[in-house]
Amino acid sequence: MAQVSLESIRKVYPNGFQAVETTSFTIQDGEFVVLVGPSGCGKSTLLRMIAGLEDITEGTLKIGDRVVNDVDPADRDIAMVFQNYALYPHMTVRKNIGYGLKNRGTQAAEISAKVEDAAKMLNLTEYLDRKPAQLSGGQRQRVAMGRAVVRDPALFLFDEPLSNLDAKLRNQMRIEIKALQRRLGTTAVYVTHDQVEAMTMADRIIVLNEGKVEQIGTPSEIYHNPASTFVASFMGAPPMNLIEAEMGQGQVRINGYDQLLPVPETYAGSVTMGIRPEDVVLDDRGSVTFRVDILEELGAHRLLHGAIADQPFTVMIGKDDTAETGETRITLKPEALRLFDKATGQKL
Amino acid sequence: MKRAGFDTIWLPVALLMPQLMIIAIFFYWPAGWALQSSFYLQDPFGFGSTFVGGENYTSLLGNDQYKRVAGFTIIYSVLVTFLSLAIALLLAVKADKVIRGAKTYRTLLMWVYAIAPPVAGFLGILFFDQSTGPMTKFFQMFGWDFKLGVDYNATATAMVIVAVWKQIPVNFIFFLSGLQSIPRSVREAAMIDNRSATGRFWQVTFPLLAPTAFFLLIINITYALFDTFGIIDALMKGEPGNNPMTLVYKVYLDGFRGNDLGGSSAQSVVLMVLVLILTVFQFRLVERRIHYT
Repeated sequence: MAQVSLESIRKVYPNGFQAVETTSFTIQDGEFVVLVGPSGCGKSTLLRMIAGLEDITEGTLKIGDRVVNDVDPADRDIAMVFQNYALYPHMTVRKNIGYGLKNRGTQAAEISAKVEDAAKMLNLTEYLDRKPAQLSGGQRQRVAMGRAVVRDPALFLFDEPLSNLDAKLRNQMRIEIKALQRRLGTTAVYVTHDQVEAMTMADRIIVLNEGKVEQIGTPSEIYHNPASTFVASFMGAPPMNLIEAEMGQGQVRINGYDQLLPVPETYAGSVTMGIRPEDVVLDDRGSVTFRVDILEELGAHRLLHGAIADQPFTVMIGKDDTAETGETRITLKPEALRLFDKATGQKL
Repeated sequence: MKRAGFDTIWLPVALLMPQLMIIAIFFYWPAGWALQSSFYLQDPFGFGSTFVGGENYTSLLGNDQYKRVAGFTIIYSVLVTFLSLAIALLLAVKADKVIRGAKTYRTLLMWVYAIAPPVAGFLGILFFDQSTGPMTKFFQMFGWDFKLGVDYNATATAMVIVAVWKQIPVNFIFFLSGLQSIPRSVREAAMIDNRSATGRFWQVTFPLLAPTAFFLLIINITYALFDTFGIIDALMKGEPGNNPMTLVYKVYLDGFRGNDLGGSSAQSVVLMVLVLILTVFQFRLVERRIHYT
């Protein structure tokens, strides 16, 4: 178990492409940190640098108190779970799980006991003598997990481990992985492009975009107080509404719309105004006119897609509320309004 | 599993026909003839033949020269197969790690593949030439008076070297593509599980390469036994007397230069049986240990 610290880490590939801009953060002992971002944002590169599968161009990486920049992956006391499981196809499940222990000089009896324990924990006991090809996707994922937990490493690394599974299995494995990590208390770094996974599993989320850290925070902070329009639109489904507006003297005017709305901030100039779809209320006496184009039924709630003054806008209503297409009046909860600089996209 | 079927028997038969015809005309028919003529003693001038039963076979058993050629064939095949596989595997493993200029490097290594065996043999003659050959000079540096076509061991060495050199590119291409089809993440997982690169190679990479290696093993044994004919013919310089040769070359020599078609046929029947046994052995014993993904 260990804390992981990245000090001014940067990654530039030999072809000159900068995959990760200079970044520093610390992952606490026992913490479950999720790196999330769209594909190509550098999240996997960061993870692979921590694993030692990718060279670090600049900066210092510490696992525990030890600088591991030049330490072999096998000596970093880490375990990694890969997206396509990366099981050894010619070995049985038992050998797959025990391979790392065997190479570290563990006694045969101890390996066998540890493998049995790990298999029991992951419900794999009856599959121990099968080869990976004879297992289902979920079982292979469990074997990959077994290979990681059996060594009792200081750090778990997960590289999109659930993206090859179907939706139902993914939800189930999500809970299992999180529970396992809690029980073992091992520090974990988890890479995903799926914001639902990030929200549900993380103690802290690191949102990345184009090689830059956009925001680091708890799922709640990230969701409620996004640091930029990128985070606002990437996290949450449906994403936060972002509309262009002009601001001045404690009031905001949506572009193409004459109504003024009161806001608590004091700022003058062009802004991007953000509000979560669930923070909008249908209200006959509301101050904003919203044109509903499409109703999307989701069971527990409904989404109304449309526009305010020709700017796309989405409203979420409960399953018992009624709505129909056409113009309707809405109220935006003033405390839920988030304001971003129009030019930089950063939070004001 | 769902299986597609044909409505009539004629379409699949028609589709298989070209392949079956080729096998029948170029293998079964000559093989049948060889089997038949191996029981006869032919007149050297083609005026007729006499049935002699198994005499062609029994005379092979007592023939010291035949035994010597058989012995050389075994050593030669084992050396050529082992060396060309081992060197090609080493080159492929190294080429697989090259990042810059990988394509140029690979193309250069594959070039030799385009050389026909007799041409390779001729190049061999140039390399091992008595007075100007660089390889001859190389061996002379170590005090070996290398005489191609005169000294038995010298000719044998040259045959092995040229045959291996010629076969390496084929093996290299297969090994390289085999290596590249191993998922990167499997190798990375192994890097985390095992510190030793040698250990990773033998425990993870090589087992995953085994199907390729097994295929190449069969191809290479066949190559060493049969396809090196052109190389042997060129390096021997038409002087079979004191030079080493393989069983296949002896079949040709006895049949077409010695005009002993019956004895030559008996030798080729023996070869066919040997290859049959070898193939059965390979599939029964070796392939069972191989994991196909």
